Amino acid sequence: MAAKTEVVFVDGVRTPFGRAGEKGMYWQTRADDLVVKAMMGLLERNPSLPPERVDDVAIAATTQQGDQGLTLGRTAALLAGLPRTVPGYAIDRMCAGAMTSVTTIAGAIAFGAYDVGIAGGVEHMGHHPMGVGVDPNPRFAAEKLVSAEALNMGNTAERIHDRFPSLTRERADRFALASQQKIAAAYTLGKIQPDLIAVSTHTDSGWALATRDEAMRPETTLEGLAGLKTPFRPHGRVTAGNSSGLNDGATASLLASADAAKELGLSVKMRMVSFAFAGVQPEIMGIGPVPSTEKALRKAGLTIDDIGLFELNEAFAVQVLSLLDHFGIDDEDPRVNPWGGSIAIGHPLASSGVRLMIQLARQFEEHPEVRYGLTAMCVGLGQGGSVIWENPNFKGKKR
Amino acid sequence: MSESSAPLPSGEASRFPELLALAGDEVITHSYVRDIPLRSGKTLALITLDNGRDHTRPSTLGPATLFEFAAVLDELQARAARGEIVAVAVTGKPFILAAGADLSKVSEIPSRAVAKQLAELGHSVLGRLGTLGVPSFIFINGLALGGGVEIGLNATYRTIDSSIAALALPEVFLGIIPGWGGSWLLPNLIGIEGALRVIVENPLKNNRTLGGHEAFELGIADAIFGPARFLEESIQWAEDVVSGVTVVNRPNVPGRLERAVKWDIAIGIARKSLESRIGTVAKAPYVALELLSAARKSTREQGFAAEDDALADLVAGDQFRASIYAFNLVQKRARKPAGAPDAALSRPVTKVGVIGAGLMARQFALLFVRRLRVPVVITDLDQGHVDAGVAHIHGEIDALLGKGRISSDEASRLRALVTGTTNKADFSDCDWVIEAIFEELTAKQNVFEEIERYVSPETILATNTSSLSVEQIGAKLDNPERLVGFHFFNPVAVMPLVEVVRTPKTDAAALATAMATAAALKKNAVITSDTPGFVVNRILAKLLGETMHAVDNGTPFEVVDASIAPFGLPMKPFELLELVGLRVGAHVLDTHHGAFPDRFFDSDNLHKLAEVGRFYERDSKGKVKGYDKKALAIVAGGTSPITGAELLRRIEDGLADEIKRMLDDGVVAAPEDIDLCMVLGAGWPFQMGGITPYLDRSGASERVFGGTFHEPPIRGVS
Repeated sequence: MAAKTEVVFVDGVRTPFGRAGEKGMYWQTRADDLVVKAMMGLLERNPSLPPERVDDVAIAATTQQGDQGLTLGRTAALLAGLPRTVPGYAIDRMCAGAMTSVTTIAGAIAFGAYDVGIAGGVEHMGHHPMGVGVDPNPRFAAEKLVSAEALNMGNTAERIHDRFPSLTRERADRFALASQQKIAAAYTLGKIQPDLIAVSTHTDSGWALATRDEAMRPETTLEGLAGLKTPFRPHGRVTAGNSSGLNDGATASLLASADAAKELGLSVKMRMVSFAFAGVQPEIMGIGPVPSTEKALRKAGLTIDDIGLFELNEAFAVQVLSLLDHFGIDDEDPRVNPWGGSIAIGHPLASSGVRLMIQLARQFEEHPEVRYGLTAMCVGLGQGGSVIWENPNFKGKKR
Repeated sequence: MSESSAPLPSGEASRFPELLALAGDEVITHSYVRDIPLRSGKTLALITLDNGRDHTRPSTLGPATLFEFAAVLDELQARAARGEIVAVAVTGKPFILAAGADLSKVSEIPSRAVAKQLAELGHSVLGRLGTLGVPSFIFINGLALGGGVEIGLNATYRTIDSSIAALALPEVFLGIIPGWGGSWLLPNLIGIEGALRVIVENPLKNNRTLGGHEAFELGIADAIFGPARFLEESIQWAEDVVSGVTVVNRPNVPGRLERAVKWDIAIGIARKSLESRIGTVAKAPYVALELLSAARKSTREQGFAAEDDALADLVAGDQFRASIYAFNLVQKRARKPAGAPDAALSRPVTKVGVIGAGLMARQFALLFVRRLRVPVVITDLDQGHVDAGVAHIHGEIDALLGKGRISSDEASRLRALVTGTTNKADFSDCDWVIEAIFEELTAKQNVFEEIERYVSPETILATNTSSLSVEQIGAKLDNPERLVGFHFFNPVAVMPLVEVVRTPKTDAAALATAMATAAALKKNAVITSDTPGFVVNRILAKLLGETMHAVDNGTPFEVVDASIAPFGLPMKPFELLELVGLRVGAHVLDTHHGAFPDRFFDSDNLHKLAEVGRFYERDSKGKVKGYDKKALAIVAGGTSPITGAELLRRIEDGLADEIKRMLDDGVVAAPEDIDLCMVLGAGWPFQMGGITPYLDRSGASERVFGGTFHEPPIRGVS
């Protein structure tokens, strides 16, 4: 058996994320068109890649029906103008869909089956609201396998507050405020825009062009956050302000073996070190990234101290804080989500994993002193996913 | 609601009150403006033209639409002056840029003066795209016709989507000219040859249109992008043009040499070609030639002024009204045939039998198998004929494959569907049987009698007879209610008309199946009663009978040829006779004379001429040099020649009389159906409106029956 093939993250792009619903900018835009435009933008940015060299296309969506159905990876490949010889498939691991697209393609590259693959995800939560059309097995309730509360993500976040009384609403609100401020600063500095693929949007009052994330609230204040209702329980702690919202958006990334990247003249923005997924109690799914990160570190032979940058999906502020507390990291640690996260940017479920990677890759460029970075996220029904990456720009001393 | 709630006319609307009055029930295409942030941080104002309907009702440009567009452009001009925007772009709703002027409004125009105002309004409004103070861009995202194209031509730059359904300037096809700048702007943008192709040639080739790539190659657009990200790429391109990163090259813009030499030569060639192809009756193509010729050295203002006058003349004239009438027949009436029974009554056709294996039978078999993709079995008396027929059809399928018209899988599929037999029992499971044997009543009666023994009582039987009574053909049938006439025109694959003949016994299911089958064959069907010649042949027989009668009486060929020039028909009578064959022509005249001896002439001379086979002497390329000497000898000796004017009067009055009788006898439902048949089945021109608008405006209807076919008559305004 040959030595493991090295897998690299060549590039990643995304559409601006929109606010879900009739007033959102993508209400009249199809989900599959969003991911197709992201893919086309990705291919256009990497012109040295002959399209026929793409070995597979994995595209994730949580609700795989309607404009997110019909084996998304294959249909998106056809719609994006890839040669008909390029195959494709669809992926679902709820919020970690795009992350799983990446790890699945990476696994195939590592095995030597593929040289190059496209991995991404899309979620149009306006067209496909969470939970519509689901049909949970009655055994979940009858055998008390999963409580009905576990299917409502807000409830699971309240459970984290219950379990860790030190995670107060105030800490969550502060974290949320910082997320809004960090993304605003990053936009001002032009850190986000280079990886956005503009999308034309049809509306009843003419065509427009989406060039920025729609859901950001730079005007947010702590006082404003403190006054928000807690929709999941009376006198609770989880609010619309310290949670990610309902969003539409798509991401796409290009992965390759190190050899293929070299052969084709492709950039290497990150090297994949390890990945892991782990299961936890569905009722408290937000803590999922803790065991998945521990497992990924173990597989990589690293400790949390080796990680110099963190891109953690902010499904809920409390859920990120629970990971930080677990690993003894400060709420305001500058290594964590330096340009903000899903609370401000938005979280179109199955697309978000690749957004974390896009931002980590940019951070790597700015931090040659950092060798390793982590992308991690929680997943509905009690899971966590973590991918550890190495910075090819690392200038420090290797141990 | 009170009167005062209507917005007071302002801007362009106040300059053109009569046009404002026309705008009453216009489906307005709105001009929505959205600010588009460019990467540079600057702003492009994007106008979307959208009438709020889906793509089946394309956006059109009526007076109210233009008033609104003008107001929006004026506001953007002010914003440009304030430095708020660096560019203006225009695009359309999904799949549609704009399908041109609102024709329903144009045909309501009450006078030449108002027609001229419409031209002036278009120039004034679209011309604003050149005076915004910032560059203007048109992103041609979909269907662009007429005025829709001219919006683009008035702008500074254009991009085009490679997948657009069509781009065309079809005005000449409808009897007018591009009058919102197109006739002057296009030749000065893409050169005279390209402009001639788009403005004159294509409209006369069955209104041919351009795809995105063709339009780009001609130089109509400066950049072309695929459909998936057309708008995003167009916006980026516009930004690059504004910033100077992209420099636009226009290799087709006419240079000094083209203007000095090529221009007039090209116009001259086009004029000759027009004269030989369509004659000089249709006005619009020649007016277009004049405008294109003058565009060589006229200024923009002169060019636009010439368009104003030309458009006013044509819109107010007879030919435009007749053309719009004919256009609506072809676009609307042809799709909802008069007298058609409920489509739900039609029976599925899953296998087709063709009786005969000769030339006509082969054409039928090929058409049915290509369009219906069901088994088609042909039959003849001996195996040799059958085998030759099948081999010929297979050869035609291979030829389609060779031309790339069908895939090899499709060719295999079609070949396998075509079989031949001498055993009529193989017809037993056919749902549709059509005969294509020689025109002999007893033979047709017998062949249907024989077939009926094998097929189900519900199988539709169709005859392609052109001259026999369909009812009599079915005289020996046990179930004559399933017999219809199904009269194609030659060449079967090309001609778009089928006359569906209903006998007194034909039932609704058979008729409905015939209509559905015609539609599946992509033919337009007109229902006629079972009367001699149905529609097209009866009218042609009247015309040809009169012309041959004049010849028989000693009227010279050249007088006859010249006499009906005012019709502007695609072919002179003798050319038509040569095309269908003189023998067939003589047979048609005999049949009609037999049926209506007091109104239709037969011609012994035509039978004699059939031995010679031709009227004209032609050179090696088929061009007419003169009249055939043998033909001249045969017709010599007539003693009472008439003048061309007399003959024209006889033909006009004869046609008015005959058509009136046909309508009184219920051969078809309305004069519209007569005209539809003549346009689709004989290629009679739009400018005549088929035939009845011409007969009304020439006075023939009034002379013959003291009225008109149309009330009010379809004619121009003053």
